Parts: sequence; C-alpha cells; structure tokens
Amino acid sequence: MTHEWLTQLAQAALVLGLAPLLSGVTRKIRARLLRRQGPSLVQPYRDLLKLIRKEAVIAENASWLFRAAPYVIFATTWVAAALVPTFATGLMLSASADLIVIVALLGTARFLLALAGLDVGTSFGGIGSSREMMFASLAEPAMLMAVFTLSLFAGSTELSSISAYMLGPNAGVSISLALALVALVIVTIGENARIPVDNPATHLELTMVHEAMILEYSGRHLAVIEAAASLKLLLYLSLIACVFIPWGTALSGAGALAYAIGLGAYAIKLAALAFLLVMFETATAKMRVFRVPEFLGVALMLGLLGTIMLFVSRVSR
Amino acid sequence: MSLASPSCLSQLAATGVGLLLVLAALGILAARRTLGSRLIYAACMLICSGLAVIALAALLAPDSRSEAIELAVGLPLGRTFLGFDPLSAAFAVIINLASAIVSGYAIGYGAHAREPQRVVPFYPAFIAGMNLVLLAQDAFSFLVGWEFMSLASWALVVSEDTSEDNRRAAIVYLIMATGGALTLLLAFGLLAGPEGGYAFAQIRRAAASGAGPVVLILALVGAGSKAGLVPLHAWLPLAHPAAPSHVSALMSGVMTKVAVYGFVRIIFDLAGPPSWWWSVPVLVVAGVTALLGVLYALMEHDLKRLLAYHTVENIGIIFIGLGLALAFEANGLGVAAALALSAAIFHVFNHSLFKSLLFLGAGAVLNATGERDMEHLGGLIHRMPITAVAFLAGCIAISALPPFNGFVSEWLTFQAILVSPQLPQWIPRLLVPAIGATLACSAALAAACFVKAFGMTFLGRPRSDAAKAASETDRWSQSAMLALAGLCLLAGILPGFVIDGLAPVTRMLVGARLAPQSTQPWLRIIPIDPARSAYNGALVFVMILIAAAVTAFVVRRLASNALRRSPAWDCGFPDPSPATQYTAGSFAQPIRHVFGSVVFRAREHVVMAKPGEISTARLHVELHDTIWETLYLPIIRVVDVMADRLNRLQFLTIRRYLTIVFAALILLLIIVGTWR
Repeated sequence: MTHEWLTQLAQAALVLGLAPLLSGVTRKIRARLLRRQGPSLVQPYRDLLKLIRKEAVIAENASWLFRAAPYVIFATTWVAAALVPTFATGLMLSASADLIVIVALLGTARFLLALAGLDVGTSFGGIGSSREMMFASLAEPAMLMAVFTLSLFAGSTELSSISAYMLGPNAGVSISLALALVALVIVTIGENARIPVDNPATHLELTMVHEAMILEYSGRHLAVIEAAASLKLLLYLSLIACVFIPWGTALSGAGALAYAIGLGAYAIKLAALAFLLVMFETATAKMRVFRVPEFLGVALMLGLLGTIMLFVSRVSR
Repeated sequence: MSLASPSCLSQLAATGVGLLLVLAALGILAARRTLGSRLIYAACMLICSGLAVIALAALLAPDSRSEAIELAVGLPLGRTFLGFDPLSAAFAVIINLASAIVSGYAIGYGAHAREPQRVVPFYPAFIAGMNLVLLAQDAFSFLVGWEFMSLASWALVVSEDTSEDNRRAAIVYLIMATGGALTLLLAFGLLAGPEGGYAFAQIRRAAASGAGPVVLILALVGAGSKAGLVPLHAWLPLAHPAAPSHVSALMSGVMTKVAVYGFVRIIFDLAGPPSWWWSVPVLVVAGVTALLGVLYALMEHDLKRLLAYHTVENIGIIFIGLGLALAFEANGLGVAAALALSAAIFHVFNHSLFKSLLFLGAGAVLNATGERDMEHLGGLIHRMPITAVAFLAGCIAISALPPFNGFVSEWLTFQAILVSPQLPQWIPRLLVPAIGATLACSAALAAACFVKAFGMTFLGRPRSDAAKAASETDRWSQSAMLALAGLCLLAGILPGFVIDGLAPVTRMLVGARLAPQSTQPWLRIIPIDPARSAYNGALVFVMILIAAAVTAFVVRRLASNALRRSPAWDCGFPDPSPATQYTAGSFAQPIRHVFGSVVFRAREHVVMAKPGEISTARLHVELHDTIWETLYLPIIRVVDVMADRLNRLQFLTIRRYLTIVFAALILLLIIVGTWR
C-alpha cells in the first residue's frame, strides 16, 4: 500500500517536473531540424518562472471563472497525467480512475478552457472556443474508441493493468492495436495543438485555436495554463509509450534496479516519441480549419474499426 | 401491521397522491393570491418529500416485493391495485425528489406567474398523475394515471397561450399524447390476453403469449413518444419550453422518466422473457436519438428549447443502457444485464437532477431578463452569481464530466458496452461498437452544446439592455438550484450508494445484481471485477481539489499575487460593441459545417452588396428539420386532404344522406354475410 502511494507521488512529481523539459526538447529538436540554434532546453522553465513572477493583467469584465479556471484546468490535467504509468505500473490511483476517466478529466479541462475563452467577450476568445469544441467533438470519441480497443484487447480499462498486460506474454501483435495506435497519434496531434491541426507559434487569427482561447491571459494565469498544456503533451506521449512500447517499465513491487531501468527507458521513449512528433510536424504544412474534421474523422473511423474487429474476432475476457 | 411493512407504505403513498389531488382542488381557490399559490407549492414540496421518503423505505425494505393494496373503488371492469415494488419505488424516489425541489423553487418562482390560476391547480394534479402511474399495479390505473399526467401537463403547456408557438405546441402535444396512450392501451390489451386479467400480477403469470414483438413495438411507440425517442420527439422541444419554467423542469426532468418507467415496466417486467433481437430496434433508435438530439440542441438558440432537445439526447443514452440490458438478459448474462440496467436507471436519476436544475436556471434567467434567446443574453455571471454557479454545475454534470454525476452513469454504460463481446449473436456484436462510438460522439457534442449554453448566457458582455439590467433571482429559487447542484456533485462522488439502491430493481427485473458497492474501501465502485475497471469519484474529486489548492497557494504565495484590471487585449483591437462577440450562431457554425450539411441540409450563402453600393452584406443560413419535413409534414398533408374531402359530406341533401346510409347498410350486410 505505502509502496503504491510512493510510486504515485513520485509519478505525480515526475510528470510535473518533466513536462516543461519535454516542451523544451521538442522546441530544440524542431529548431535543429530547421537549421536554427534554438533556445536552451531549460527555456520553458525560465519562461514559466518569469510569468508567475509577473503581475497578472486581466480584462475589466473578467469574472471569477476567468481567474479560477487556470488552476482547475491545471489540476485536472495534472491528476490525469499522474494516472498514466511512466516508469512503473501499479500506481495507487490507477485502481480508482481508469483510462476513460483520464479522457474525461481532459474533457473537464477543455470544457473550462473553452468557457474561459468566452468569458471576456472578445471575438478571438469565441473563435478559439468554438473551434476547440468542434475539434473535440471528433477527437474525444476517437480517443475513446482507441481506449475501447486497448481495453478489449487487455480485458481491462485500467491503465496499469493494460500496461502490465502489454508487458506480459499474452500480448501479441494485432491489427486492432495498430489501428488504435494510428488513431491515438492523430488525436495526440490534434489535442495538443500541433501542426498540422494548429500552430502554437503564431498569432494569426486564421490559424490559432488554442492560442486564441488564452489570448486574454497573462502572468501567473498564463503560466499555469502553459504548464497544463505541456503536461497534456507529456500525458499523451507517456500513454503511447506505456501501451505500445511497454518494454522497460517496472512492474509493481519490482526492486530498485527495475525502477532505475524504468526511468531510463521512459526517458529514451519520450525522447524518441518527441523526435518522431517533431519530424512529422516539420514535414507537414498547416491544414485549413475545415480539413481538420476529416483528419480527426479518420482517427474516429480507425478507432471504431479496431473496436469492431476485436468485437467480432474474439470472446472478451 | 408495522409502519415499515410494504402494504402500509403503499397505503401512505396512495394517501399522498390523494392529498395532491385535494391540493389541486384547493389550488383553484388559492391561486387568486400570491400567498395562496406559495402555500400550495410549499404543500407540494412537503408531500413530495414525504412520498420520496416512503418510496425510499419501500425500495430498501428487506422484503421489497410488496403486496398491492386493493381498492374497492375500482374501474368498471375490475378493482384497482396500488402498491410499490422495487421498480416503481426506485422511480418514485427519483421523481418525488426532483418534484420536491422543483416545488421549492416554485414557491419563489410561481409568484411571478402572469395567470397563476391557470398553473397552480394543475401543478399538484400533474405530480399526482405521475405518482399514480408509478403506484399502479394494474393496467387500468396505469393508463388512468398516464392520461391524467398527460392532460394536466397539457393544461400547463397551454397556460401561456398568448403566443402562436405555444398554441401550436399544445395541439401537437395533445395529438402525440393521445396517440401514445392509444398504443399503450393496445400493448396492455395484448399482454392481458383473452382472459383479460389486467392486474400486473395476472399479466406476469400469463406472460409469454407470443405477442412479444408487437408489444415491443407498441411500447417503443407509446412510451417512446412520451419520452422523446426520435422520430417521435417532435412535440417535446415545442411543448416543454412552452410551459412555465418550473413545469418545464418537471416535464423534461421528471415526466420523461415516467415514460422510461412505462417502457421498463412493460418490456422487462410484463412482456415475459425477451429474445435477443429485441435489443436491436431499441439500440438503433436509441443511438439515433442520442446523436440527433444533441445536434438539434446545438443548432438551437433558444435556451429552453436547447435544453428540451438535449433531453432527447439523454433519453437516447438511457435507452442505450436499456437495449444493452435486453440483449444481456436474453442471453442469460445476468450480471452484465444488471450493469447495463443500473447504468440506465442511474442516468434516469442523474438526468432528473441536472435537467431540472438547468430548466430552473433557464427560468431564473427568463424571469430576470424576459429573454430566452441566447443571442440577447450574456454577462449574467456578474449579475446572477448564484444562478450562474448552479447552472455551471448542471452544465458540467450533463456534459458527463467528472467529478459530477453525469459521468458516472456514462462510465457505467461504457463498461456495459465493453462487456458486450460476450454476446453470442453477430448483429448486436457489430451494432454495439457503433453504438459506443455514437455515445462517445454525443457526449463530446454535449460538452460543446453546454459550453455554448453557459458561455452565451452567462459569460461575455451583455448583448441586450435586458441582460445588462438583470438581477439575481429570489432566495427560494436559489436554494432549490443549489440543492440540485449539490445533489449532482454528491451523486457523482458517492455513486456506490445509488448503485446499491438500484440492486433490488435489477434483481427483480433481470434476476441479478451488481456486487455491493457502498461497502467497498475508499468509496470505490467496481462494477464487475477490480482488475477490469474501477472508479472512485470521491478520490478524483479530492485529488483535483488538492492539486488546485496547492497550485493556487504555491503560485500566489511564492510568486506574484499582483493583479491589474485593464481593457480587454483582443490582439490590440478591442471593440466596445458587444455585437463583436461570438454569438450562439457563430459558436455552433463549425459544428453545423461538419455535421449539419447532411443532418439538417444546412446551406449558407452570403449576399454581398454590389461594388460601389453602400449596404450591409448578409449571411443567410438555411436549416431544415429533416424529420419534421419527411415524416410529419406528409402525414399532416394527408390528414388535411382527407378532412377537406370529408368536409363535403356536411353539405349534402337529405336524399343523398339517406342513400349513403342505405349503401352503408348494404355494405355491412355483405361483409357480415361473407364473414361466415
């Protein structure tokens, strides 16, 4: 019991500490691929520190919701990220909140972010919220379908169990899993405002979705929202890592050495996934907004196909 | 006879219904004064609370299959049987709990009614009718209660008949209600068989008469039209918003649940053992209902109509659970059936809480601003803070987001979907994943819908003078809304108790129950197997609270706490006119673009001014209610033509009438002759 609590706390601290670094790494790789020097790896930490020390400037007609939302968004994202096994399975909270809950917690964060975008009553906030909810209306079911595929495959919706099952001898290669992986990758790109769906680096009204919603934020509120965004990226990459490349993850109750290996393996997996993500990003161009639903619709269909194949191909356990 | 014995509880409940009817009569006199109507609503609140407690006692009584009490004052063809069994007791708890809180709201809100004498007498009668449906243990009193409920609610719908829309709503509602009751009458007729035993106990004994499929269709049409299953939902978004808001809350949050009860009673209890294919029509209709309901809601700018359309979606979710339960039960998968049925009835409970809450909030907004159109609202979070908090809780709950209650029932439904590969038949196996995708889609769209509803109504800048001048609603209304919001949260973080409360129902209907949940350590719920899935709403809630509190504390204490207010940034070009904000229409535009071009045949065209001409460009949006146009309009046209033709019969000469009578006589004689 105490063991599981310790893993859980370590996990929560780890994701929090690592998330800005992951942003730093992706930015660095991207810059290098574009033949730029790029900012230092720890630049996101410096940015966050700078922002939280600054005075927050908010619009005159902003309500309490506008001020409270960043903290709740951050909290739900953090809780969700802490539920994804990174270096070890057997997390305390994993038995209380399964993969569907993780998806729904991200949904709560998005719901509040979209409301915060509408709070001040500007056209940019509205455009961001409206498009974000349109993307979510396809991305969330796509994610759930991928979750269904994984759950049916492993006979559990709990992420620790799924991860342990994938490490075990019974897991084989399956077409459904491949479909779920593709769906999950598309959702990762869509949900984290990466190119080709959204471009976090611009402030052009035609391209921005996520940035438009948080346009009115500054100071500590902005810092907290940025931290939540990087936590979300870490969450998705950890999720793909723990399910599809589970090797190295320490099983619950393994010795200290296994944990050390788990940590090392996790770092390598994250770096590799970040590299692949950025490779993809630099190789594609931004889509028009109304092409995005087709892109996400593909994910939904693939996820559904994966689920149907598992439904008809085997008796569930 | 001890006080807790089932038949004593049934007697008490029947007395409660009688008291409500007395209140209805008193209401005619009392409605003349504000104090009088307040007293009537207060009495309703007390009686409903009492009925809820009685029903809860009946539900939790150890020997919960009750004896019905027999009344000698029965209908001509038999005696009246009234009483609770676990099914009706569970629904009675749900219905009376919501009715009690809504009545509390009405103590404050009802005082604003323009013509209280048209509302107050029918309100208790409406609640009495719903309770009678639940208490009925024979088909006659069931149908009497059903009609009572329909007519009383119809009277409430026409209570504000000044607008053309409301009058149209009333006529459509009356027609649909009559049709629905007729199909239920036929369903009971088939169930009772040739012997004609109309008591539920007799019907159960005579079950499996082979009329099952017909009864299924009749029940789907009869109960489904009252609940709002697509395509029989047409009356619902017209009639629910037409009534005063507290009645809308009852109609949408509570009466649709009575309809679900009717379906469950007929199909799960009376119609005998189901075949697996019964689940197919139910699941298909439910999936279509869930998806279309939320899409309709997204296109709607009228706050109350949006909520009414969204009821259609939730009914779809409930029927998905019921359809799964049918499939599992037919295959003898007891625990899975209990899971699906618990999910459905849990959602019934949840929806009764948050839909009532949202309608009450819409009523408070309507009362404060005189507006239902979201395009004229905005910024109310500043002027109606309590209403805003309660409405926000309702929005989060109905969007199925943790830690509120809507998520739990949806999670349970997903778990039921995930055990359905156990089904041996191919058709449901192929169908269920698609239903799962539909459910996931409709949940995500619901979130978009309620971002729109809350965002346009309460956030942003006021879009009209009425919204600028709004003030907070009265204390009674506030407390009622906060109570419902609190219950939404409570049911979300302590779902184990609700699931345990439903165990007698699942045992009665599908012969199995889920493992006891409220005794689980840490308030977890584990529907089937701990290795498979578990959810702990309380822990998730506490973790979010701790994480948010720690973050806020650390950031504000250790870093900066300074805050400055300034004009909005808006990329450097803030515009003072509130018309530059996003509107409800523009918010839904991307979704209309993605989904609407097929479902609503949505078309947009822009009319630009000619070069050199000074006039505004206009965007025209064309939306079609496809179901109304393809299904209802042809029927209406046929009825019109027929009425036109028959109309000529009124202006014949006496000779022609005699000829027609004679011809009819001959015709009948020929028929009778050939029949033998």
